[in-house]
Amino acid sequence: MNKQLSRRGFIKGGLAGTVAATVLKDTNADAGHHFEAYPNAMGVIVDLTRCVGCRSCEAACNKEQELPAQPEPFDDFNVFDQRLHGQRRRTDETRYTVVNRYEVPGQDHPLFRKQQCNHCNEPACLTSCFVNAYTKTPEGAVIYNSKVCVGCRTCMIACPFYVPTFKYSSAFKPKIMKCVFCYDTRLKEGKPPACVEACPQEALTFGKRDDMLDVGHQRIRMNPGKYVEHIYGEHEAGGTSWMYLSPVPFDKVGLDTDVPQEPILNYVTGFLAIVPMVLTIWPALFTGFHLLATRKDRIEELENDDKQEA
Amino acid sequence: MQTGKRITQTAWTLGFLGLGITLLAPANVPAMSGEDAPEVIEIDSLSKLYGPVTFDHGAHVAMATCADCHHHTTGTGTADPSCARCHDGKEEAESVSCSDCHAAEPFNDEGLKRMENHELFHMDKPGLKGAYHLNCITCHQEIGGATGCQDCHTMTEAGEKRFNTGKHAPEGYTPGAAHQDSGKH
Repeated sequence: MNKQLSRRGFIKGGLAGTVAATVLKDTNADAGHHFEAYPNAMGVIVDLTRCVGCRSCEAACNKEQELPAQPEPFDDFNVFDQRLHGQRRRTDETRYTVVNRYEVPGQDHPLFRKQQCNHCNEPACLTSCFVNAYTKTPEGAVIYNSKVCVGCRTCMIACPFYVPTFKYSSAFKPKIMKCVFCYDTRLKEGKPPACVEACPQEALTFGKRDDMLDVGHQRIRMNPGKYVEHIYGEHEAGGTSWMYLSPVPFDKVGLDTDVPQEPILNYVTGFLAIVPMVLTIWPALFTGFHLLATRKDRIEELENDDKQEA
Repeated sequence: MQTGKRITQTAWTLGFLGLGITLLAPANVPAMSGEDAPEVIEIDSLSKLYGPVTFDHGAHVAMATCADCHHHTTGTGTADPSCARCHDGKEEAESVSCSDCHAAEPFNDEGLKRMENHELFHMDKPGLKGAYHLNCITCHQEIGGATGCQDCHTMTEAGEKRFNTGKHAPEGYTPGAAHQDSGKH
């Protein structure tokens, strides 16, 4: 009798413990994942009122990153008319940055927008990667290590800006290809990326991300009516190192304005916190339930066996 | 005594004369005008991928005011009210050369340090290359002037290599073929 009670007590205690652990775990998970951006991270502000579509940034990137030759020279401006499945040019395994042209009604000249990895403060590619192939460096770059990558391509789905691309051309050496902020060759030494240095119009301004935000807000303040009063990337996806200033609403120049204003990670934290619980606590818990539910049957079975033997 | 009086008189005269000159100076010695500048200026400080620009200063003086390019540093002074808050004087600045204010390397350590100074009004000052192009192209767009890269400077051999063009064009490249929609099936 005493033995039975203590077992019941043990199970009760176990259940209470599980519930407590679950509740505590959830609150801890929420608190533990709040991450402020690196204070000295660098950034670039892309001013669409300045870009003239000269493609100097594309040419500089191609040389700096030793990417394969492009089918057209970099001074061929017919590429702006290219459409693949109705879409404008995009970054791929042979180009980490592209400039596209946008005819916006009400503008007396076309607008051009450079695109590349935006180097999020809290990158979705990084958090989605289960082998930790991505790193956000204190300088602000989101870099990638092909040595540990298993080629699952989850990062390509996770990225809200569709930036990481896959090297499909190589069957045996899968590799994700994306802009790395010229981390190894320049940023590490405090130098601006090659595209920024090449830009004749200073449409790309490089500096500490915090200072770039000030520069952006100053330009908006000092030139009333010239810019949309928002810096794209200040809050998008939880903030990005590369940000945009535009004279027209951002969706008119192909930027996704539905990108959430908080890190993509926030949407999956709750779910991810449950995963270890499901994998560790649930098996024990339900095995316990099972044993408890079938205990009488087993006792009966044993008694029957005893009777038969007797 | 007499000599003393004379000295005092001379001193007063010289004093008034000096004051007069000082007061009259801005009117008597006008600020630099466009005609004082060289007719043609070779801009070659940044030439690497492109050759130097032969800038016809004389032709531009006829079309623009000094302030259109030189802000507040020379000639007519500034017309921009936000510049005039600090630079409303019409005196000549010590230097009117672009490169004295606009750094050739705007993003080096010194440039980045300057941008950290949030008190500084000119924290967002473009570098030399940016200043040239922003000034020239913005105006040329407005008045319908030349805006193509090679309208102002010819590409060098290094430039052709960088842009994969000219002698370094991709094999089998046909100019003008790029606009075809390769996605249509």
